[in-house]
Amino acid sequence: MTSNNSALHPGSYLDQQGKYKGILGWLTSTDHKRIGILYLMCILVFFLVGVTLGGVMKLELLRPGEQYIDAQTYNGFFTVHGIIMIFMVVIPGLAAVFGNFFLPIMIGAKDVAFPRLNLFSWYIYIVGAAIAVLSQFGGKGAPDTGWTFYAPYSIDSNTNVTTAVLAAFVLGFSSILTGLNFIVTIHRMRAKGMTWFKMPLFPWSLYATAWIQVLATPIVGITLLMVIAERTFRIGFFDPSLGGDPILYQHLFWIYSHPAVYIMILPAMGVITEIIPTFCQRKVFGYQAIVLSSLAIAGVGYLVWGHHMFTSGMSDFSRMAFSFLTFIVAIPSAIKVFNWIATMYKGSIKINTTFLYSISFIFQFMIGGLTGLTLGALATNVHVHDTYYVVAHFHYIVFGGMGFAFFAAIHYWFPKMFGRMYNEKLGKIGWAIVFSGFTLLYFPMFILGLQGMPRRYFDYLPEYSGGHFISSIGAFVLITGIIIMVYNLFRSAKKGELAPANPWDGRTLEWTIPSPPPLENFDNEVVVTEHPYDYK
Amino acid sequence: MFQGASNFAKGVDSAFFFIFAISIFFLVGLTIVMIWFMVHYNRKRHPKAEQIKDNMKLEVTWTVIPLIIVMLMFYYGYAVFKPMRQVPDDAMVVKVTGRMWNWSFEYANGKISNELVLPVGKAVKLNLFSPDVIHSLYIPAFRIKEDMVPGKDNYMWFIPNIEGTYEILCAEYCGLRHSFMEAKTRIVTEEEFQKWFAEETPIVPEDKGLAILQNNACTSCHSLDGSKLVGPTFKGLFGSERLVMENGVEKTVTADSTYIKRAILEPDKEIVKGFAPGMMRAYDKVITEDDIKAIVAYFESQSKLPN
Repeated sequence: MTSNNSALHPGSYLDQQGKYKGILGWLTSTDHKRIGILYLMCILVFFLVGVTLGGVMKLELLRPGEQYIDAQTYNGFFTVHGIIMIFMVVIPGLAAVFGNFFLPIMIGAKDVAFPRLNLFSWYIYIVGAAIAVLSQFGGKGAPDTGWTFYAPYSIDSNTNVTTAVLAAFVLGFSSILTGLNFIVTIHRMRAKGMTWFKMPLFPWSLYATAWIQVLATPIVGITLLMVIAERTFRIGFFDPSLGGDPILYQHLFWIYSHPAVYIMILPAMGVITEIIPTFCQRKVFGYQAIVLSSLAIAGVGYLVWGHHMFTSGMSDFSRMAFSFLTFIVAIPSAIKVFNWIATMYKGSIKINTTFLYSISFIFQFMIGGLTGLTLGALATNVHVHDTYYVVAHFHYIVFGGMGFAFFAAIHYWFPKMFGRMYNEKLGKIGWAIVFSGFTLLYFPMFILGLQGMPRRYFDYLPEYSGGHFISSIGAFVLITGIIIMVYNLFRSAKKGELAPANPWDGRTLEWTIPSPPPLENFDNEVVVTEHPYDYK
Repeated sequence: MFQGASNFAKGVDSAFFFIFAISIFFLVGLTIVMIWFMVHYNRKRHPKAEQIKDNMKLEVTWTVIPLIIVMLMFYYGYAVFKPMRQVPDDAMVVKVTGRMWNWSFEYANGKISNELVLPVGKAVKLNLFSPDVIHSLYIPAFRIKEDMVPGKDNYMWFIPNIEGTYEILCAEYCGLRHSFMEAKTRIVTEEEFQKWFAEETPIVPEDKGLAILQNNACTSCHSLDGSKLVGPTFKGLFGSERLVMENGVEKTVTADSTYIKRAILEPDKEIVKGFAPGMMRAYDKVITEDDIKAIVAYFESQSKLPN
């Protein structure tokens, strides 16, 4: 994907630089753009592994009863699917790939504040990922606890839970260091004249995200260490038979893992906020409202974790308080949706693959958000808690939201990153299949959940078979679409038309430099005088 | 699905209806606006964008109106939920134990059943217990769910108001046979219930050993009829020759009383060939010495039955 482009224009970041050639040149480069590409390749691989595991589960669930894999294998599959998708794909996701590549360029900097630390973060990510892969093999089999590692089951399970937990612990450090790097970069390295309120909105969303990464991740780190200590030395933190408290585990776990949802979705919102103005050729509507809503989501998002525990036996007052706070956090998300749609008003809209992924992001994010309201309300939560309704809801946010924003981002910035245009026709066909497959796969799960189908079930009662059947068909359609999309991108990176510097007529700084960008991005020092979205 | 089979069902369903109605209004409305913009302001039709200034009044409007709406949703959800935690004084109490991987229901008179039989129209309080990991008692038709957390006393209550049989499911992932952890609740008339309640329970077997096996959910994984579940069947166990793996070495042992005791206390030591290790917990603090004797006696009595 990277070798053929060196002829495009001399001095591009894709050309050999430093003392090593080929793959070693990539593995030792501290260039933020190369590190972004390293993350992209790893995340692509892990994403496809996660998709495959999901696909096998849907195949098993096509009909009731045991078909291809047994219950223990199935339990391992949904656990590993969760660990890979959450800790190795969506949490690093947009921030590590597009944040690394575009944050310095969009604020007019030559690199991040700590380039070596940046490369180190990637190596930590690789070590964590390797441990996670290792946990699947050997010992007493793949972990079977679900990605949430709920105690006391995670304390009792004989499978490789310790290794899997250790992997999540190590991956956390990568996330913390990337967050720290971005905070310092944004504070210290903005171009001359780029005041806080002249900074583009994708960097703003990364800024809000980075604070969550730095402040929340240590909590899950210490929690996972406690699980390891309890499994190894039988110290009673969480297992009541050792004198521990299982509810304490859930609090500690969700204090991080709920904000982690915002680590995923805030950069996704940032991407969409870049794309909509560009393809509408219009100044973004409500710049300050969008900035403030990002900060509000990051802030209030800390205080809503208890809504994962409405049926846990937590005190009745806590249930009420967390329900209240959950409804508050819905507001800044709604503000963003209104501003995106308002930005389209009287614009000059170009509908291409990038824009179609962005529009489907907004549509699916609305469904994910609105179904979150029934989960936030106490009475309705009790019925659908821990059912397929929840599975549908978070896939609409995490995949329909963050995943689709990732697809939008890779199409949007593809010409800049690889110096070539993607094939528009194949891109649109891929989008149509991905979108239909997604809807077929996840929408029936809302109905299944309302009918009372609990999640993490290897087998199900006959009354749920219709929904499962449609959902499985959707999975195969979706996988077909993903294959077409990935094929198109790989093919275009080699054979696509050469891309101009500014193919979409964007206004942010990355469109002012050649495609692909030169090693240190800008030849001269950048001076910013205008607002980032000043269309004339 | 939407049969209101308990006193809470109607309230919960109307809360769903309220939130869904508003959600669908916004989803459909905003989607139509979005598509209309895409058609009307398409570059072919509208080649030059008009720059619009930010509008503070608009921002405030679409902050305040949704805020009011979600506060109503919060209140509605809370108001319907609140009575779920306020148990009436005259509620009949049933102790529910959920364990890996079955349910048992113990009534005030000591009667133990694996089916929850209740009189229609009468309040019942379920006290929820788990001896091992977290389970969650879920009756979809009644719109209720609450976790059973080891070491913690949780409860739920409801009034079943339509006669019939409904599914009880486990909603919190609890391991290998989580999706098979099912039971039924049978809602009957007061007279039928009293008759059932007073009856000697037919499901508690005369043999104490079998009762212990069932109450500890042994029979969820080890069948009595020869079928292969998670573990080897109990049928024809006593006195049989067993091919087992001990530390990777194959050997043959006779299933006598010491073997059975070992298999209960240290299940991973010798694994019957063809089965996976690590599936069964050690029962060293759960099943007492006397209980093991009763279990062995039961197996012995079974082996003497004519085939």
